[in-house]
Amino acid sequence: MSRIGVAFDKARADGRAVLVGCMPAGFPTVEGSIAAMKAMVDEGVDVIEVEIPYSDPVMDGPVIQKASDIALAGGVRTADTLRVIEAVAATGAQVVTMTYWNPIEQYGVDAFARDLAAAGGTGLITPDLIPDEADEWLAASEAYGLDRTFLVSPSSTDARLRMTVEHCRGFVYATAIMGVTGARAQTSAAAPVLVSRVREVTDLPVGVGLGVGTGAQAGTVAGYADGVIVGSALVRCVLDAPDQAAGLAALRALSAELAEGVRNPAR
Amino acid sequence: MSADAAAPAGRLPDAAGHFGRFGGRFVPEALVAALDELDVAYRKAMTDEDFLAEFDALLRDYAGTPSLLYEARRFSARAGARILLKREDLNHTGAHKVRNVLGQALLTKRMGKRRVIAETGAGQHGVATATAAALFDLECVVYMGEVDTERQALNVARMRMLGATVVPVTTGSRTLKDAMNEAMRDWVANVDTTHYLIGTAAGPHPFPELVRDFVRGIGEEARRQCLDLTGALPDAVAACVGGGSNALGIFHAFVPDTGVRLYGFEAGGEGVETGRHAASITGGRAGVLHGTRTYVLQDEDGQTIESHSISAGLDYPGVGPEHAWLHDSGRATYLPVDDDEAMAAFELLCRTEGIIPAIESAHALAGALKIAPRLAAELGREPVIVVNLSGRGDKDVHTAGGYFGILDKEQ
Repeated sequence: MSRIGVAFDKARADGRAVLVGCMPAGFPTVEGSIAAMKAMVDEGVDVIEVEIPYSDPVMDGPVIQKASDIALAGGVRTADTLRVIEAVAATGAQVVTMTYWNPIEQYGVDAFARDLAAAGGTGLITPDLIPDEADEWLAASEAYGLDRTFLVSPSSTDARLRMTVEHCRGFVYATAIMGVTGARAQTSAAAPVLVSRVREVTDLPVGVGLGVGTGAQAGTVAGYADGVIVGSALVRCVLDAPDQAAGLAALRALSAELAEGVRNPAR
Repeated sequence: MSADAAAPAGRLPDAAGHFGRFGGRFVPEALVAALDELDVAYRKAMTDEDFLAEFDALLRDYAGTPSLLYEARRFSARAGARILLKREDLNHTGAHKVRNVLGQALLTKRMGKRRVIAETGAGQHGVATATAAALFDLECVVYMGEVDTERQALNVARMRMLGATVVPVTTGSRTLKDAMNEAMRDWVANVDTTHYLIGTAAGPHPFPELVRDFVRGIGEEARRQCLDLTGALPDAVAACVGGGSNALGIFHAFVPDTGVRLYGFEAGGEGVETGRHAASITGGRAGVLHGTRTYVLQDEDGQTIESHSISAGLDYPGVGPEHAWLHDSGRATYLPVDDDEAMAAFELLCRTEGIIPAIESAHALAGALKIAPRLAAELGREPVIVVNLSGRGDKDVHTAGGYFGILDKEQ
């Protein structure tokens, strides 16, 4: 049974989409990131996506790159990320971890899975690990009952889409656009098509990420997807703020706006 | 290259791009379709006589290959070995890299794409890509770390003259690895129209195999030329290794010749023990970087560590996965050469042969000087060593002039 599926089941029962909010661990500090994530939970973010900062984040746009650089310059370690996950999971929110593959490989795939499960994490989103290379993670996630979210893209062929979805557990991450993370002015026309392609091959919930930054956009995406994933726009609240209090205030306001958005799906 | 030469010597990688435990694809799903498309186009091209004939003609008439194998007698006397230089420095654009860019530009045309992007460190691959883009009338964007655009202003000017757009990369350490990240991000967003013309035998499958195959003519030529010149195969082949395309290019034809020792010389920078180096095999650990599993300079948590070398072209914290495999299998030996050793060999070649080598290639020369006495002792005679002189040193005059105190460092 999927751990994160609980959040999707609950939202489905409420007739709305799940709101997933992303924040790098250790940004701007370890404690600061915990405070930010708790603030997001308070304002109605259902699932916190904790990103492990990485030196070479090829799927991330400038905002998350900058935040990751700040976290790494501050000396954040993989073990700190686990501490962040534990603190946020203790609030009762669902926590999923987004990570490039090398930090996990260096920690030890089995060891990380064990420690992630112990910290209360639900599973991993792996932007640069495709099922083709994931044997070790498939085994470790089975052993510790963790969810596996692989990405599907508008460019995925039908065969690859089916294969990728078959290896997912928990939810499927549909990348709305061909590109990297970062808020966009308009939501994607490719995303609804991709979501319906995923629905043809699975009953798993589908989350849509990349480019969503406002409550109205969240409402649009909630109209066709089970989950709305927001990253850069939330991170920017903290990044652009003159001090921590202002950052948290902006983060709370946007979280609340997005939470409202997923409750008012455009149909 | 002829169709029969297209049969791979080592039968590696496997269909998914693995060289033993190395290689593969660690990329966003968004890129998989493009990598598959490239793989199909490349495999078709390598058995297509028209493609191979067009590639051969370009290499001959435009790039000026086969490059000479030159016996460096005065350098040999100092080395205590018979040193044969594979003169890739005489190719158009001044390095082996022209072979790779011509091959990939031809493939780009075949795939119907109109735009190429590339990463560059010192600017050599950027210049080579801009050259091929001009020849094939392709739009060209080159990503270059901001630090490197300042260090290598002349190459930035060259690329712009050739019609390319140079984008300074201001993220991360603002060097080659970040330029590669930015090129990958561009590719994810523009994959329908764009080919990522990667500059070395690294990155996700099929790049390591494809780049190797486009440059493996170096070794095929050298093997034949050495047989013609000496009547025998060499005792050793030496090359510098950054990402490692020139080394694979010269090694590949010799891999089945088990009597031929293969030596790759990594950039030891200020010394591997100082931590300021670019020797990924000697001083790194297996990990994942830029789409492939290979040896990587990284900290305990898997964060990439910045590399250091006097040679901008070797200044990369990873290495092509086939080298990682050649190292693990024991078929090739990888040793570090530090900045000072490389510069001593650089000076020696200038003074004995009247050839200014690229500082990259000077690492291979220094390595040959290092292994010559050992080989002579082991063989009981003067060894024959083929050294890949992968590039010319014009681009390095500023660095070398500063190092030797010939130029005012402020100039």
